Amino acid sequence: MLGEGILKGLTETARNFLGSYVSKDRLTTIQFPEERLPQIEATRDFPFLVYDGTEWEAGLRCVSCQICEKECPPKCIYIEKSKDKKPDATGKLQFYPTTFNIDISVCMSCQICVEVCPFDAIKMNVEFEMSSEDRFGGLLLRKEQLAKSNEYYNKIHPTEATAVDAALAEERAKAEAKARQTTEAKAATPAPMATPEAGETK
Amino acid sequence: MNLEEIKSEIEANVPGCRLEIIPNGSPSGQHSLLIDADHAFAVSSYLRDATNRQFDYCSNVTGIDWPIKEISTKVKTKKIVDGMEKDVDEVVKTQTGGYLEAVYHLFSVEQRQGPLVLRMRTEDRTERVHLPSLTPLWRSAEYQEREIFDLFGIVFDGHPDLRRLLMWEGFEDHPMRRDYVDPDDYEYEPTAHDEVLKRAQAHQAAEGGL
Amino acid sequence: MSILTETPIDLVPGPSSDRSEGQLLEVSMGPQHPSTHGVFRMDVTLDGEKVVKLKPVFGYLHRNHEKIAETESYLGCMPYTDRLDYICSITNNWAYALAVEKLAGIQVPERAEYLRIITGELTRLQNHAGLVGFLMQDMGASGTPLMYAFREREKVLDLFEALTGARMMCNYMRFGGCRVDVPANWLQQAQKVIDGFPQFLDEFENLLTSNEILMARTQGVGVVTREQAINAGISGPMARASGVNYDLRKVDKYGIYDRFSFRVPLGEHGDVYDRYMLRALEMRESIEILKQAMRDLPAGPIMDPNTKIRGFRPKAGEAYGRIEGPKGELGFYLISDGTASPYRYRVRPPSLINLTLLEDMCLGQNVADIVIILGSVDIVLGEVDR
Repeated sequence: MLGEGILKGLTETARNFLGSYVSKDRLTTIQFPEERLPQIEATRDFPFLVYDGTEWEAGLRCVSCQICEKECPPKCIYIEKSKDKKPDATGKLQFYPTTFNIDISVCMSCQICVEVCPFDAIKMNVEFEMSSEDRFGGLLLRKEQLAKSNEYYNKIHPTEATAVDAALAEERAKAEAKARQTTEAKAATPAPMATPEAGETK
Repeated sequence: MNLEEIKSEIEANVPGCRLEIIPNGSPSGQHSLLIDADHAFAVSSYLRDATNRQFDYCSNVTGIDWPIKEISTKVKTKKIVDGMEKDVDEVVKTQTGGYLEAVYHLFSVEQRQGPLVLRMRTEDRTERVHLPSLTPLWRSAEYQEREIFDLFGIVFDGHPDLRRLLMWEGFEDHPMRRDYVDPDDYEYEPTAHDEVLKRAQAHQAAEGGL
Repeated sequence: MSILTETPIDLVPGPSSDRSEGQLLEVSMGPQHPSTHGVFRMDVTLDGEKVVKLKPVFGYLHRNHEKIAETESYLGCMPYTDRLDYICSITNNWAYALAVEKLAGIQVPERAEYLRIITGELTRLQNHAGLVGFLMQDMGASGTPLMYAFREREKVLDLFEALTGARMMCNYMRFGGCRVDVPANWLQQAQKVIDGFPQFLDEFENLLTSNEILMARTQGVGVVTREQAINAGISGPMARASGVNYDLRKVDKYGIYDRFSFRVPLGEHGDVYDRYMLRALEMRESIEILKQAMRDLPAGPIMDPNTKIRGFRPKAGEAYGRIEGPKGELGFYLISDGTASPYRYRVRPPSLINLTLLEDMCLGQNVADIVIILGSVDIVLGEVDR
């Protein structure tokens, strides 16, 4: 019968329309920005720099190795390496970035910088409301805007951050044990041995 | 699918054609068949129409630019030095490249065979860049040959509608060539480094500095 | 008023504009036309309502992706592939990863293969659902089917976000495996989406398949014969709608597709209706594959331990790798000269090559049919222009 298909379709739309009053599955929209969906844990948009402790400048994990700068596909990261070394959050002497800029108007959120960073220093943020009136300055994030605490990282990506923290703690414990061993060895044998200090491997 | 077999089969059926197997060093093992431009059309129509081959589906057509490259290899030769025969290392310089290449990946839908990789080479990169078009055999080459003409500058004789595909009419150069120089339309970028920084500096110098 | 003093315009056609002489009208459809799925332009010549000539104009989204890749590392090319066919980033990743794996002879661990199939088939589901929605939108069914399709697509995108961190630019695969393993609960969520999908398909087909208006608009429109399709290199659902039995999942059996049992739907007429129907049927087959893959997903590593992601330098050589993307045969042709970036990097774009027959399909049809013919081809301009 002509029109049967249309009637069948109309019952489907009617079912969806009426169903949206009773079933959550059929009404999936929310009223943004008053209502917000919960953040999905793996979500990423732009990178940020993690720091340990409370002092952002002193606690930056970044040692300015510039791997992310080289690997970044659209080349949106710009780093200037320091000439001197400063103690990081654990007290170890490290290079640090005197300049660390990310141009998020160029960044394509691919997170390759996170993947290649050997120090877990750069991670992906979840903040997306970053519109600006200035195309160049407003979208160029500098070191101070990029630095976010480890607590913040733990808040936005809890599972990932816990794993990273555990791995870092393990690494530190290993380094400390090694340092202790070398000092003990030194104490046992008074002759000066040319053992490199564990803290200065890199 | 044995490339040697196909080669001798074509040679038997297309008189006068010059074929060469180009070996491929990667584990993919996709060796290719270099065909000469004069007999390319005949060879291709044989491959398409022969009942035991039926390469009816030309999937991928693309161009490659091979500018002249000098390779120096060390060759051990025997020379008589001070009346004694000695092994002497001699550096032999050979030139490769200096042509544009069109590559066709053929498959057979009927016989589920493939890929058969065909290559054609132009005589040089500037003047004699003509190759026969295979679009009359496989229409799938129509846009792809236009793209090669656009981006590499190979002229396909016999193509029904050879115009630029992606760049606009009136555009001069061929952007996919290895020696293509970007026009100086540098846009300011705050994180310039490496290549981009060089271009930025050149641009700013030309503009009178910042 | 002064206007009245001037000679009035003669609205009655005089001998110079006699219709019987057959004046042709040239229309430039696009690049901002909403039905062209992006920035695509067609120069159409019309005789009344009938199309007598149609020339597609490309290049409005051209950014020379292939040239960019020649300056990037093999890893750095991966996020750029997301931006080719931005609806199905995961299958783009897969095709590129497959080509690199062929080039360097990399083996992929089993779990990664399964994850690739799961994410790849989910991509096919959301692409086809979205495409049918857009096709109906092009036909004038404003909103309703598209929104239903998007509601379902959204669920798949949420899964992608939970797994890869991004909804569309997933950047999920690596040569030698996948980037991340599934997070906790992801498989249960995915199972829920997969189990719910057939119900959506039933509803969707109730809404559309037997709709008389849809049939009147699409049957016999934009016909491609089998011979034409093969000769013009048409691939994917569009070729199968014309009866070409060529599904790379069956032909090449890339990855581990030989372990799954599924059918390849084939069309008979090669018109727009067949292309719609084929996608609906293909979604059901994808669900079958997904069910099997979810059931058999083994434990194990997801990356080949011998593959170096950073500083990857394959031996000199070349490889052509192709997969059955949701739009058709997506191939990558790579030439390595032993350095860290590819010497030549070529994308075989199914969207572009499927447009080869656009003019043939449209000739003699009404101007309103161009829109649905183009819609049924399923193009994404990011891939057409690269």
